[in-house]
Amino acid sequence: MAKIQLNGKKITINSKSSIQDLLKKHNLINKKIAIELNGIIIPKIKFKKKYLKNKDKVEVVHFIGGG
Amino acid sequence: MKDIFKVANKKLKSRLIVGTGKYKSFQETAKAVEASGADMVTVAVRRVNILDKKKPMLTDYLNPKKIIFLPNTAGCFNSSDALRTLRLAREMGGWKLVKLEVLGDKKTLYPNMIETIKSTKILTKEGFKVMVYCTDDPLLAKKLEDNGAVAIMPLASPIGSGLGLQNKVNISIIIKQSKVPVIVDAGIGTASDATVAMELGCDGVLINSAIAMAKKPIIMAKAFKDAVISGRNSYLAGRMQKNYIASPSSPIKGLI
Repeated sequence: MAKIQLNGKKITINSKSSIQDLLKKHNLINKKIAIELNGIIIPKIKFKKKYLKNKDKVEVVHFIGGG
Repeated sequence: MKDIFKVANKKLKSRLIVGTGKYKSFQETAKAVEASGADMVTVAVRRVNILDKKKPMLTDYLNPKKIIFLPNTAGCFNSSDALRTLRLAREMGGWKLVKLEVLGDKKTLYPNMIETIKSTKILTKEGFKVMVYCTDDPLLAKKLEDNGAVAIMPLASPIGSGLGLQNKVNISIIIKQSKVPVIVDAGIGTASDATVAMELGCDGVLINSAIAMAKKPIIMAKAFKDAVISGRNSYLAGRMQKNYIASPSSPIKGLI
């Protein structure tokens, strides 16, 4: 198990979870989103191979209405 | 006569760009966008609500393949936050055309022009095409253009105020000096304000609150569509000269 912060909330995930696994768990596969891991943007092609570790900070953003 | 509106080589059919904030629902947003005839909409970048997996997303209602999304940096009060936001937006879908706004004051939402100019320069170097929300100061507008801005977007009055075009003289100076499109952004209150901006020679207008906060947003969206077309045609037609004495419209000759 690993404790990470996802969009400011502390959550526990299985160890050896990739970003792809995290997205799957939250119904975010194939959605228009972008990911930042510890302040660094992760390109889509790396989602499957990028594994998460304890204390990682993940930000998942999307487009919302705005002027 | 062909009247083409281009921003950073992107051809737009409509000179009206609309924001997608403040609507009651995504359904209303989509209907208003459709009624406005706009082919470009601004969108904000925010955290996904991870607690509610079924919450609808804007992209479920507006298709970025059919309408151009213009990511903005609303809510950013310094250059680094604005850069972070737009880099994430680019990652989301390869967007290079973006709207930069770096705010300086929470009460007036007036732009911080020092941070704005700095950010424009960095983003342009990174390959972004930056449309820039700015004050109506002609010198600073020029500075933005010199630093790579692809569109100058001066405020008509404070964001969401609905006060309309407060400084026609400055906006006119900016229009005359700019080689890139000038799009009035922020503060427009009603359709006639947009017509006035277009008659001055603005290349386009960006409207959000005036449509979203109208009692009937979808009808107001249509009103803005017509107002922008009218204003543009009026500008292209060239208004008559103002005179301080009357001139009869009917001929004097043949009077009985």
